[in-house]
Amino acid sequence: MSKKALFDKVWDSHVVSSIENGPQILYIDQHLIHEVTSPQAFNELERRGIPIFRPDQIVATADHNTPTLNQDQPIKDALSRKQLEQLSQNCEKNNITLYELGHKYNGIVHVMAPELGITQPGITMVCGDSHTSTHGAFGAIAFGIGTSQVAQVFASQCLLLKKPKSLRVTVNGTLKKGVLPKDVILYIISKLGTNSGTGYFCEYAGSVFENMSMEGRMTVCNMSIEMGARGGMIAPDQTTFDYIKEREFAPKGKAFEEKVAYWKTLPTDEGAIFDKEYVFDADDIEPMITYGTNPGMGIKITEAIPEEDTLSFNKSLQYMNFSAGERLIDKPINYVFIGSCTNSRIEDFRVAASFIKGKQKAENVTAWLVPGSKQVEAQIIKEGLKDIFDEAGFQLRQPGCSACLAMNEDKIPQGEYCVSTSNRNFEGRQGQGSRTILASPLVAAATAVEGKIVDITEHLN
Amino acid sequence: MEKFTTLISTAVPLNIENVDTDQIIPARFLKATDKKGFGDNLFRDWRFNKDGSENKDFNLNKAQYTGSILVAGDNFGCGSSREHAAWAIAGYGFKVVVSSFFADIFKGNALNNGLLPVQVSEGFLNDLMTIIESNPSSKIEVDLSNQTISVLDSELSESFEIDAYKKTCLINGYDDIDYLINNKELIEAFEAQKTY
Repeated sequence: MSKKALFDKVWDSHVVSSIENGPQILYIDQHLIHEVTSPQAFNELERRGIPIFRPDQIVATADHNTPTLNQDQPIKDALSRKQLEQLSQNCEKNNITLYELGHKYNGIVHVMAPELGITQPGITMVCGDSHTSTHGAFGAIAFGIGTSQVAQVFASQCLLLKKPKSLRVTVNGTLKKGVLPKDVILYIISKLGTNSGTGYFCEYAGSVFENMSMEGRMTVCNMSIEMGARGGMIAPDQTTFDYIKEREFAPKGKAFEEKVAYWKTLPTDEGAIFDKEYVFDADDIEPMITYGTNPGMGIKITEAIPEEDTLSFNKSLQYMNFSAGERLIDKPINYVFIGSCTNSRIEDFRVAASFIKGKQKAENVTAWLVPGSKQVEAQIIKEGLKDIFDEAGFQLRQPGCSACLAMNEDKIPQGEYCVSTSNRNFEGRQGQGSRTILASPLVAAATAVEGKIVDITEHLN
Repeated sequence: MEKFTTLISTAVPLNIENVDTDQIIPARFLKATDKKGFGDNLFRDWRFNKDGSENKDFNLNKAQYTGSILVAGDNFGCGSSREHAAWAIAGYGFKVVVSSFFADIFKGNALNNGLLPVQVSEGFLNDLMTIIESNPSSKIEVDLSNQTISVLDSELSESFEIDAYKKTCLINGYDDIDYLINNKELIEAFEAQKTY
């Protein structure tokens, strides 16, 4: 039998049929939807008189456009309110499970689905959001789709796709103190660039990922799209099974054991061939930050901004008001955001709290701590982390995508820098004229306490 | 979906790499629940100054550049999966986007909206940019049937790749939903005997 990669095993088991010289019909097990990219798809089906084919395989949440304060009160912005109302109506009309604002399971789509056990190894999963790659952390094929494709999955539970090529990034060794999963993925993207993964599905392999928690694996897979890869995957193992066990929608008892037996067959066979391979050493990875306007423009926190002279590079630096050769240590920062589908899980808040404990937020800093879900919020309170944040002068907000894309009122003002645990530092991403510096929750917490960018490794030693 | 066969038009150059979907249509404009009107806010923060006035330095605002072909730098459409980006470009009036590289999701979204992404070599892209910038009235022909892009009255021409199935869809104005619904029986049979 030929040697197969994890990606091939999952993909091939979901092919309904293949069109000659064309795409394949790929079956989709789970479809996640939210308020921003679904309304036009519902409208399209309604206009054409097509029913939703498998409503029980769809789960909806409200996250992109929701306030992070006073969620119990009516939403002030009329357009945002309408978008959420439309989601509720569409779900009700079509018998789709919705965890709306305030529900105990509400949260960012890529945080709530894994914590409910909806995300499982070996399944195919889509959502009208590019960070759907997050769910690949469980050994699932998960990827973001456009609204036309949302409508296709509504209509047929399938998509027409050409099988992507395969890419493997291996990182072996032991991560240094203060180096978090976010640093690992920022490092990989800084080495490979923002389009090296385009057309590929990426598997992350090696001891660094094997020793990572599920939260860490999700952070890594989340940002696969930032190097262009539609999805990222990590082989399921005992860490994966332990995470899923007993969660709300996980199979229980004997059914769970049977699933585990199947999941154990999924990891890449030894000797499987990838279209592209990269290997890195954990020793070379240090805490990272970005200096430009795409996630590939990252450096070690202590490094200087590289010298490059292209139109796009100069435009980027001009936007950030940085110069080539400049170091960012000691740069004053007035805004810090800890949240987003990249870094808003319980572990991220534990890391932040461990640094913040006993310290005070710097006076110049406005810090937004936004949990990824109601369950994360509850856990933060249960573990006493909220008390640590309160005592240090931080305010814990309510769950949602928040300042990652600034669709709600959580916007960074014009010209201000924000050290952010989110995934994109595009121009204006966090508000018109805002300047984003991507970093780990540890670097973000340290920035909030110091009021400037600091060499975190020095602080830890 | 509107059919696409051949287009002859002048073009607008946008010589910027890694144009992400947040630039094409910023998130604050994603609150609409229909597909209309996104063209008004295409490249909003590049096209308009903070006070709402037009940014005269941006190519879409320069009178010499017209037409329904957008010619952009490498890795166009990276970032978010928002199809609003394709709706904004099509809504503004573009029918073709030319670049040396497209991000995956954007490319699919464009094709699903009758907006043709034409991927050319870096050399061709550079030559094309130069020609348009030096002579904005240059006419460009995009011939989908023959899969060629040419500058009329010049030697510059190149063929481009497109998935055969997608090409048929564009030429006939079909979309994927039609195809998938016609295969319902196959899909149901697959569901009945899933092996995982």
